[in-house]
Parts: sequence; C-alpha cells; structure tokens
Amino acid sequence: MRKLNPNEKLNIHDILKDLDQYHPRRRGWTWRDAGELKLRGFTYKEASPTLKNYVPLPSANALDGIDPQPDCVVTAEIASGRFEDDIRRMRMAAYHGADHIMVIRTAGQSHFDGLIEGTPQGVGGIPITRKQLRAQRRALDLIEEEVGRPINYHSYVSGVAGPEIAVLFTEEGVNGAHQDPQYNILYRNINMVRSIVDAAESKKVMAYANMLQIDGAHNANATARDAWKVMPELLVQHAINSVFSEKIGIRPENIALSTVPPAASPSPDLKLNLPYAVALREFFDKYKMRAQMNTKYMDSSTREATVTHVLNLLISRLTSADIQSTITPDEGRNVPWHIYNIEALDTAKQALIGMDDLRGLLNLNQDGYLYQKKREIQERAILMMEEIIDMGGYFKAVEAGMFVDSGEYPERNGDGIQRDIDGGVGNNSTIKRDKDYMAPVTAHYGYNNVAQYDEKAVENPAMLIDGCTFEKPDKIQFIDELDDSDNVYLRMEETEKYRNTNLIKPEVEWLADGVVTVDLFFPVESKIAGEAAIVAGRNMNLKDVEVIHKEVLHPSEGTRVQIKGKVQFDIDMTTLDIPEEIETMSEEDVYNYVKKHPLKVIAGTGGDDEHSVGIREVLDIKHGGVEKYGISYAYLGTSVPIEKFVDAAIEMDAQCIMMSTIISHDDVHYKNMEKLHNYAVEKGVRDTLVLLAGGTQVTPEIARKHKMDQGFSRGTKGIHIASFLVKRHQEMTGNEG
Amino acid sequence: MKERQDDFDKRRTQLKNMTDAELKAYFYELSDKIVDPFMELGEHYTSKSVERSVLLRMGFSSIEAKKIVDMLNENNLLRKGAGHCVYRVARDNQISIRDAGHQIAEGKAIDTLLEVFSNHA
Repeated sequence: MRKLNPNEKLNIHDILKDLDQYHPRRRGWTWRDAGELKLRGFTYKEASPTLKNYVPLPSANALDGIDPQPDCVVTAEIASGRFEDDIRRMRMAAYHGADHIMVIRTAGQSHFDGLIEGTPQGVGGIPITRKQLRAQRRALDLIEEEVGRPINYHSYVSGVAGPEIAVLFTEEGVNGAHQDPQYNILYRNINMVRSIVDAAESKKVMAYANMLQIDGAHNANATARDAWKVMPELLVQHAINSVFSEKIGIRPENIALSTVPPAASPSPDLKLNLPYAVALREFFDKYKMRAQMNTKYMDSSTREATVTHVLNLLISRLTSADIQSTITPDEGRNVPWHIYNIEALDTAKQALIGMDDLRGLLNLNQDGYLYQKKREIQERAILMMEEIIDMGGYFKAVEAGMFVDSGEYPERNGDGIQRDIDGGVGNNSTIKRDKDYMAPVTAHYGYNNVAQYDEKAVENPAMLIDGCTFEKPDKIQFIDELDDSDNVYLRMEETEKYRNTNLIKPEVEWLADGVVTVDLFFPVESKIAGEAAIVAGRNMNLKDVEVIHKEVLHPSEGTRVQIKGKVQFDIDMTTLDIPEEIETMSEEDVYNYVKKHPLKVIAGTGGDDEHSVGIREVLDIKHGGVEKYGISYAYLGTSVPIEKFVDAAIEMDAQCIMMSTIISHDDVHYKNMEKLHNYAVEKGVRDTLVLLAGGTQVTPEIARKHKMDQGFSRGTKGIHIASFLVKRHQEMTGNEG
Repeated sequence: MKERQDDFDKRRTQLKNMTDAELKAYFYELSDKIVDPFMELGEHYTSKSVERSVLLRMGFSSIEAKKIVDMLNENNLLRKGAGHCVYRVARDNQISIRDAGHQIAEGKAIDTLLEVFSNHA
C-alpha cells in the first residue's frame, strides 16, 4: 500500500486487500524519545519530539501552531464494536498524540474457549481476531509513518484462551497486553489453577515478543464499594503479578503496573490519592507505571469527568507516569465516541505539557501526613501478605474471600470475592505433564523434554520442526471469514454510499450513524425537563431520542438536559455553498505594491463596542498586522461613532476603513456595516474607499451582504487583509502591481 | 472472610521499627513466598489452551488446533504434549507436520500414538 497523505482519507478497502499476505513490521514495545525539547523559545523538560503530522491544541493558534509532546506514552482506548470504523479514529487519535492504541474486547470473549476468527461485530468492544488485528496493525503501520512516531498496539491476554491469544499477538505484531491471572480469577470466575498455568505460558510468550505487560489491579478500585479502602490490597495484587511475571522471564522494564488514583473529588482527592501514588512508586520503582484515570466515580457529566482526569494527571506529574492512559469523558454514559477520545487525548496533552517539570518546581513534603499515610498503606499491604501466607497461600486466601473486601485491610467486612479452587470456568482442566512431555516450539514455558529427540534442540526446541511461526511467519494460517451473516464486508456494503462519495452524515462512532447531541435548558424541575427534552428532540425530527445527561441548576428554576438522537437525512456535499478562502498574495508582492502606491487605513471598533484586541492584532507590526507591509494606519480607538470613520478617512486621505465589530447582540454589527456604507455614499467617497469589517461573528458573506467590500473573521492575519486591500485598490484605481 | 474491626495498630507492632528499606525488602520476601507455588504449577502442568497455543506456533489454524487438542484430550494424550504427538506422527510416518496434525484431528493416528507412548512412563 502507498503512504498516507494527510489530505486523503484512509481507504479501508485497501487495508483489507491481500491481508493474508501481510506481516507486521516489528515486535515489541517502543517508548518515546523523552528528554528536553526546545520549541518557539520555550524549554520543556519532560517532553518528546513534535510529530511530522499533527493537530495541535486549539490555543496553539496563538503560538505558531506548536505541538510539544509529553515524555510519556499516551494511550487511547478505541473499540466501538466495528473495527473498520475504529481505524479512522485511530488515525485521528495519532494526530492528537496517541502512541498507544488499546483495543477493548467484546463482552464474553474471555469465556470463549479458543480464538475467534473473522470480523463479527462486537458489543462494548470488538471480537479480537487474527483478521481484525492484522488489519488494524497494517493501518497503524501506515499511520505511524504518517505521524513519524511508532504506535504501540495493545489488547488483552486473559480468559480461558490466554496462551493462544499471546501467540496470536506475537504473530500479529501486537506490542503490549494486559495479562494478570488475578483478573481471570476474581472478575471472570475462571478456575484459579487453570488461570495460573495459562498465565505462565502467556507471560513466557509475551517475554519472548518483548511485549509490555499491564496488570489488572485497577479493577479492584472499580469493584470495591469505597475504592480508596482497597489501596493496601492493590499493592499486594501488583506484587503478585509483577513478581510472577519477572520470575517467568519478563524484563522489569516491560512490566507495567496499572494504577488508578482510587478516589475522586468531592472526596479529598489529593489527600487520598497522593500518598498511595507515592507508596506504590517507592515499592515498585523497578517497574513501569501505567497511570490510568478514574472511572469509578464517573457520572454522565463530561465536564466533571474531565476535571477528575486533570487531577489524575496532576498526580502523574507530581509522582511519575511512564504510560498515561486516557479515559474518555463520556465513558460514564456510553461506549466512547470519536470526539471524546480526542478530547481525552487533548486533555492529557494539555495538562501534561502545562505541568512540565512540576517536580523541578516543588518538592513533596517528606514528613508529616504524606509520609505517615504512605508508610501506613505499605504496612497494611505487608500485613495482608503475612496473613495470606499464614492462611496457606494465595489459593486458600482467595477461597476465604480475602480479596476485594470493602474494608481497608486489616478491617474486613466479609464481602470479598470468594472463589473455590475446584470451581469456576475451566475447573479441572489442567493436566500434569509426563516425563516425556514435549513441545517443539519457541517460548514454551516449563518442563519440556526435547532432549529425548535431540540434545542440540534443548535451547531451541523449534529446531525439531525447522522453525515455528515465530521464526517463520509464512507458516501462520490465515482465516478470512467464518460467518456469512456477520462480517466487515456486509457492514461496509451497508455504508458504502457514504464512503468516498458526495454524501455525508453526522456521526459519533460508526460511519453515517447519524447520531447528534443537543444541549438544552428548561426552566423547570428535572423530571419535567427530561420529558420535555425528548419531545424537543422529536420535534427536531430526531429518531431514537434519549436523554444522556441531566444536571439540576436549581430544583425549580431549571435543568440542563443533553439528548442524543439520529438525523434522518444525508447531506450532498456538492450542494453546499462553501465559503471561499481569500487568496493571499505573497508578502513581497504586497510590500512592493504598497511601496509604489502608499496606502493608509482608518481603523477602530465601531459603535458602542470596547473590544480592541482583535483589531490591534491585524494592525500592529508586532503582531504581523498590515503595518508590517508598509500600510500606515490611524487608530481611532474603541466605540468610534460610525460617521467618524468616514470623516477621518476624508480628512486624512485614507484608502480604507477597517471597522471591528464584535458585539452581535440585536444584529448591531450588521446595522453598523450598512450605516458605514450609507454614510460613505452620502459623503460621495464610497467609490474610492475600501470598507472592511472584522470580528468573531463576521463572515465574508455576511459582510458583503451588508455592503462591505469584505469581511474577516477569527484567525485572520495581517497578510489576509493587506492582500485583499491591495487587490481591491488595484481594481478601483486600475493600478498595475 | 469474617468481619473484623481495623486492628492495624496492634498488628503493625513488629513493622513499626523497620526502616523504609527494610520494609520494602520484607515486602518482596513475602511476594516471593506467595508466588513460588505458581512457578511449580506452570512448570509441571499444561492445559488445552497451552497446547492449542503450541499447535498455532507449529503452523495450524485455530480451528485445526482445537480439533487436534480435543481429540488428544479425549484419549488422555495431552500429558505427552499435543505438539509432541503431532511431531511423533510426522517423524514416524515421514509426513509433514500439517499432514500429521490432520491425521490426528481425524482420529486416524490415535491408536499408534497410544501404542508408542504405552512404553513410556
């Protein structure tokens, strides 16, 4: 496939073509090239290089579009149920700074005994299959080239098919994975012994592939009633998986702890979370920290979630984060949408860069509350481990319901998760290896009597079969589709009329899903407002209207309601009246023209309007305004009476009036434009004066409709105005360039 | 577990005087004790999923691997290793690994395998 062009859509058909022949370019995890970064006169300490192609933060508009990247890997979790639509979102995410794309599995995959094949649609995630992985890895291989930074691809090695998934991931170039048998045992009720046996093999394979492993301890926060009370246990869970993994052979730098600040405001967020973060990083300093964001205390407010997540980012900067995961602010109400994945990434980028070198600016208080609390968490964790050993080990402790109890250890509330050693999915499914047990493959864990066939093959068992798929990818068997009624081809056929045609439709997750949100306020109590909002949505011709968020502003004075619904129309892009882009001349041409034909501008804010920032920016030489091109100006100030513009232009022999008009209340900006025109006509100077209006609510079309020569909106630079003025002046006077 | 009050102050007596470094060392000492039994399990046991993962690496599809493992499991042969059985059939009959796997999946090579391995412990 050819390289991606930022101005062209990624063609999903091309990604799926000849997929059976595709093999990933590399294995293993990649960290960012972290260090100092100098950009536009700033020096960042915890940063990494800017991307080749990117979308910067909105405020970067005022800073030459710079996009400094933080030092840590940044994660986006993308899995809408349709992997083909997720590919487009992955590309958007990469432009916003994601270099770790995590794919959530469809509900129920962990109990699926074997691998799923083909491309069925998922629920709350996607079925992880060879075809899906290969297609997404292939797309990411192109996307990483486009943005100029390696992208780590990630999913889950758990359930009753862990070892097979680990092998699949190695073959398909997946760079990181969640692997923690405790997750199987506690949350998926998979038999404990089976989970441990499978985990040993999975970890061995992951170690071979240099995959980064993330554990599952964070699930305890999400499950426990008061998440912060589980902090001592989190240390225990992290230790169990990390030490187990290291003993199997995963290098410590590839072992990452999934850690979430357990509490969220309105609890005293930092007082609870910071000592825990410090305790953890002190005990686990040889491993990596994957800082996840809090999901436990998320409701439907995207604003509230964002603030919680920024506080989580503060913890990351106050302590450390090797990987900063992002949770979308809409996760409390639906499977994440495109826009919220991007919001979450921008939130992380903005906050991390904004808090650059925080630890260089201040020190954590090493005594008093912070120290005592940190030490207490560590001691409580140790006491819990002592008791686990006293009880007869891990399995006995799980049988007794030691884990995920809502009491802060050693307090116990008797509500922990309890599993039987002879229970759960896959009970009694492990088999003792005989003395002649053998497996002629690479990265197989445990007893393996290869010597019975060839002493020389002991270090390289796959030698017996002339190499396995890890050495010879051509041996991999690719299955395309198994289900004629549920696959990517059928889904794409349904939406084909929106793929590279003139038709478009709004969407939140799937191509042409038609979903829109409407934000409403009703001056009534919550119950009535919700129903009123649904009626409002229906009256807007939306289908499947649902309330997705409600917020009381006052019990009787009013309620905010957000609804979603589906629009019933397509938009044909060829029928759109696209506002023209004003063509700019080269700076040199403008400068030379003005040198030959001096131009003078009368400028100010019209009517009763005190806003002057915008117009100063397009006038002053300092901001690259028109003055830069030799155009002189007389600035009349703010709230200039309309007549005064024209009178001044006559008096000073100016060729142009630039009127800024920000206030749009009661259409006063339109009225002022017409007034300016009429007065110029009245004075007999309209034919020799170029009249320009500018402001945030002004568009070229509106300005021209109201008798201006041109209008300028947000984002206007001096060169735009100077170019237009020169061209218009040429037309009016017949001057040559 | 039975409900109980927080008795942290009483339990921590022996930890109280440890330095931070000692505490950390002790934490890892306990971690080792909890995890060591896992290593034994991993070393000496296998599962259907482990065996299917071996067959994937030997160049079988997930569907083929499932059939082969189910057939071997029914005949109590997974204790020898699924990959081992396939390798043995291929070697003894001078056929490819994939052909050997297909024979096992169809139940053809099972009797021979049972006989071959009857001499082993």
